Amino acid sequence: MEQTQVNYEVTEGNLIIRLPEEVDDHNCQGIKVATEHIINEKNIKTIIFDCSKTVFMDSSGIGILLGRYKKMKGVGGEVYIHGENTRIKKILKMSGVYQIIKSI
Amino acid sequence: MNQIIKVVENNVETKGEKMKLEFGSYSHNEAFARVVVSAFMARLDPTVEELEDVKTAVSEAVTNAIIHGYKNTYGIVEIRGEIEENTIKISIHDDGVGIENIKKAMEPLYTGAKESERSGMGFSFMEAFMDEVEVLSKVGEGTTVVMKKTIGNRTV
Repeated sequence: MEQTQVNYEVTEGNLIIRLPEEVDDHNCQGIKVATEHIINEKNIKTIIFDCSKTVFMDSSGIGILLGRYKKMKGVGGEVYIHGENTRIKKILKMSGVYQIIKSI
Repeated sequence: MNQIIKVVENNVETKGEKMKLEFGSYSHNEAFARVVVSAFMARLDPTVEELEDVKTAVSEAVTNAIIHGYKNTYGIVEIRGEIEENTIKISIHDDGVGIENIKKAMEPLYTGAKESERSGMGFSFMEAFMDEVEVLSKVGEGTTVVMKKTIGNRTV
């Protein structure tokens, strides 16, 4: 089954955001509001973007990653990315995301 | 008799792979546009990377049309595709607000929607993934983005 929804999981101050197969403007709508809510409610210190299911990402995805990074930096938290395939790595490298968000 | 010959000649001139697609400016159609263009370009037997490059560029242009051209109001996005030998040409058109300063809009990290979390990398992505990108726009009339990519260029 194709995963088109963003999934959120909270464990001990960590927020894991599981990104959908295709990360575009449409699928990213609502992610800002949802993460904002979770960060405030659950005292989140670290966000991990899980891209293991993701095969497509355009610049909308970059906007989301950078937006979360700025937010977490403001509250002294951290952001990581995990599970990127070759294509996603290329996109992230090109846009300079790896300079501020580390892959784990 | 002359007329008949002319018709035949015209047909020869316009022969070639072409397609035209129109859809409403809903964000879920970004994925639809990518799928259609992928299927259209499949006959060029592209590599996975070439396919992904074109899909990404199409996604950027269609997203721009919906968000910036129509500012999330309803309108028609039109995509025209042409294949000549091993070059694919994709035109993405909207009848939206148009771009006042194309040069500025194409600058890396410039975003016309500051309040939202846009990366400002849309045009940079289009330019990185396609061989040619041309933007035609008139304020109040709309925008057309014309992009070309030759498939099988294994020089990179």
